[in-house]
Formats: sequence, C-alpha cells, structure tokens
Amino acid sequence: MKSLADLEEIRKKASAGVGMRKDTHATRIVVGMATCGIAAGARPVMTAFVEEIGKRNLEHVSVVQTGCIGVCRLEHIVEVMVPGEEKVTYVKMTPEKARKVVAEHIVNGNVVSEYTIGNAE
Amino acid sequence: MKEISLHILDILQNSITAGASLVELCITEDAEKDIFKFYIKDNGKGMDKEFLKNVTSPFTTKRTTRKVGLGIPLLKLAAESTGGGINISSELGVGTTIEAVFSYSHIDRQPLGNIVDTMFTVITAYENTDFLYIHKSGDREFKFDTREIKKILGGVALSEPDVMAWLLDYLKEGEAGLTAE
Ligand SMILES: Nc1ncnc2c1ncn2[C@@H]1O[C@H](COP(=O)(O)OP(=O)(O)OP(=O)(O)O)[C@@H](O)[C@H]1O
Ligand SMILES: [Mg+2]
Repeated sequence: MKSLADLEEIRKKASAGVGMRKDTHATRIVVGMATCGIAAGARPVMTAFVEEIGKRNLEHVSVVQTGCIGVCRLEHIVEVMVPGEEKVTYVKMTPEKARKVVAEHIVNGNVVSEYTIGNAE
Repeated sequence: MKEISLHILDILQNSITAGASLVELCITEDAEKDIFKFYIKDNGKGMDKEFLKNVTSPFTTKRTTRKVGLGIPLLKLAAESTGGGINISSELGVGTTIEAVFSYSHIDRQPLGNIVDTMFTVITAYENTDFLYIHKSGDREFKFDTREIKKILGGVALSEPDVMAWLLDYLKEGEAGLTAE
C-alpha cells in the first residue's frame, strides 16, 4: 500500500538529487489533452505512459500534458523528445501503443515509425 | 458519454477554465437509498443570473472555437434519463457549484468508469489548481487533498516521475479500498 510516508521519502530523495538531474538530459513525453472531450481517450494513454515508465524505473523520463496540440483530427497525439534527437510525433495513440513506444523508442532507441504522423493514417 | 467520470472531467475543466484555484469533487454512492450523486464546487469567476438561467442549453457557451457548449447539457441529459437531474448555483466573483443526481439502479445510469484517470489527469495537468476529492460509497470513504500532498512535497513538483507514479498508485488503491471485501 502506498502511504503519505512514502511520499515523504520521495521528497527527500528528490530534494537530495536537485541539481544532479539536469532536465536538458531528460527525455520528455508530451501528451496532448484537448479540453473538448477528446481528453477522454488521452487519459488512458497518459496513465499507460506513467505506469510503464514507473514499472521500468526510467528515472530520466518525464511525462507532461499539454492542451490541444492542434490537429484534433489525429487525436491522441504524443510527442517524444529525446535530448539530441529530433522530436517524434505519434498520433492515434492507445495505451497499448504507448507501452510499445516506451519499450521500443525510449528503452531501445528505435522510433516506432508506423505510429508516427504521416504513417498512421 | 460512456462513463460518468468523463462528464466529471468535463465539468472539472469548466471550473479550471473559470480560473478556480480550488475545486472540490464529492461523489456519493448509496445503493440502499438508490442514489448516485456528485457535486463539483469551485471558487472560479462564477456566472451571472441571466447566463445561469440558460446554461443548460447547448447554445450557451463562452467558447470561441465553436458555437455550442456540450458539457453541462450532456450531463443534464444523462442525469435526467435516470429520473434524476442537475442543479447549478453560481455567484459572480465567488464560484459555482454543480450537482448531479442519478438513480443508482436505473438501467440507463452509466457506470462511474475510470475516475482514477480523471483525477490523475486534472491533478497533473493543472498543478496550480488544488483539488479536494471525496468519494463515498456505502459507509466507506476515500479522501484526497492536493494541498496536503503539496505540503509534504515541499517544492518538489507533482510532475516529478516518482511523484506521478506514487499519485497513480495511491489513487488506485484508495478507489479499490471502497469496494474490497
Ligand atoms: N464552473 C463554471 N464557472 C464559470 N462559468 C462556467 C462554469 N461552468 C460552465 N460555465 C460557463 O457555461 C458555459 C457552458 O459550459 P459547458 O460545459 O456546457 O460548455 P463549454 O464548456 O462552453 O463547452 P464544452 O464543455 O462542450 O467544451 C461555459 O462556456 C462557461 O461560460
Ligand atoms: Mg465545458
């Protein structure tokens, strides 16, 4: 069971690490969360990323949300930003695809091109 | 909409759009009294009387990207189709409370659905807004207050990966505790 005491531990660990973890070296996963009901499908994508990253203990990866990225037609958009590499945009994401992106792209470094913008339609 | 938790996400987003710094969601499930209800209370900018009168019509919206707003009308429809309804009170500059009541056992009542995803989404997307979440089911209760969480965290961000993972598990376990044997 998770408790508030665990959270206290996380805080201690995180404050001790301040300054060590340079965000420029961190991989960022940005999940587009439109406010127009499309957020419905983006919710499980978001939680799938957080779960998968937690399970694999990928400490250098952060998951953030943003408002509608703009192309609502291709809903459930996710951008993966690996330092030193070009940004990759995935579309029509599902929780299953999210887990695959973590395994293939984040861990192994291979872009899952079949889910990228332009290929997924 | 398939889930009540999606209506809730919609209504929470209204509160955030209204500039609320504190949003309270309280869900009460009472099978014995055949009631499923929730209210969302915020301290956002509120609505004036005239606007409030028409807010359940889809043509009442402050959206600029489209002509209709569907959040409130859809919730109203969902609640009324079970024999319940919604009630909104609002005061300009003070805040808004919207309450929805459903018949618990009605065949058309949608399931609550994934409320953990809804809460996790709003908590991590809007770090500057505080959320008080209370879910009562029978004689059990799960309560979650981001003000308490942020106090423990000091300056550590909610978006910190470890914190996010903790949040998700904590919410899941809290919800599971409401139905566990
Ligand atoms: N909590 C609130 N505080 C202040 N104003 C509100 C609140 N909730 C709703 N409103 C007002 O009522 C209007 C209608 O809300 P509703 O959720 O039905 O549609 P919408 O938010 O405009 O569009 P949609 O929900 O479809 O994205 C909003 O545009 C807003 O002006
Ligand atoms: Mg709305």
